[in-house]
Amino acid sequence: MSVALRIELGRRYRFCASHRLHSAHLTEEENCRVFGKCNNPYGHGHNYVLEVSMSGEVDPATGMIANLADLDAFVERQVLEGFDHKSLNEEVAAFRDKVPTTENLCIEIFERLKTFPKAKLERIRVQETGNNSFEYAGENQEGNRP
Amino acid sequence: MVLLTRKIEFAASHLYNNPNYSAEENRRIFGKCNNPHGHGHNYTLEVTVEGEPDPVTGMVLDLKELKEILEREVMQRMDHRHLNYEVAELAGQIPTCENIALVIWNLLEPKIRQGRLHRVRLYESADLFADCYRNGASAGGKA
Repeated sequence: MSVALRIELGRRYRFCASHRLHSAHLTEEENCRVFGKCNNPYGHGHNYVLEVSMSGEVDPATGMIANLADLDAFVERQVLEGFDHKSLNEEVAAFRDKVPTTENLCIEIFERLKTFPKAKLERIRVQETGNNSFEYAGENQEGNRP
Repeated sequence: MVLLTRKIEFAASHLYNNPNYSAEENRRIFGKCNNPHGHGHNYTLEVTVEGEPDPVTGMVLDLKELKEILEREVMQRMDHRHLNYEVAELAGQIPTCENIALVIWNLLEPKIRQGRLHRVRLYESADLFADCYRNGASAGGKA
């Protein structure tokens, strides 16, 4: 091998959830102005796509950074079970007092996935619609290694 | 620095089996991918080259040349092939997305003379891919 290479495994997951963008720190009028349609009191939903990137050494015995079955089970338990077909505002504790924008969703998901024991979480990307996506790689690269 | 990406698709078959494992271990670790008759995928390969656009041509590298390199190095080797039995560079390795991406990097890297290989991304399906970078390079291309 001519140069030292870094390899990452990327995996996509899907979940459907509803949310409403509304801040208790703003007036009704301000909420309406800042969040527009997303402030509709009954909420609305998205088909989210979550992209997870993990890095690590490729195990010569398996050819893998991490066994997909382990990663899938971890993401299912840490994120999908709690988010899929749920109301983010009502059913995810982190969003009781935080606006469930996709920026905040990225941070919450990153925190839930960074403890994966078999590889290092590099970053996540959340696609809210085909036209909007958000990425988060943690605040401290060194600190992300579980 | 500008990043330029070209995409190609190829179809190939493979299976996962480590001869040092028992049949039972192979089935447990690799699941359906251990089926002895193999299975296949439509792979999508995205090759990203970094560099400064040439002041005369405005190009990081000539896309035609990149297309020819990809045809010669990847398509002719892997398209409509069995990755376990017909690709010498993968001999003795489990042909996972990770290992195939590493092999493709090592095939392409010495052939790209204008610009520098930045990333190899290989999709096995829409939901599973491997990224290969030079160590120290960041995903955004700044390092």
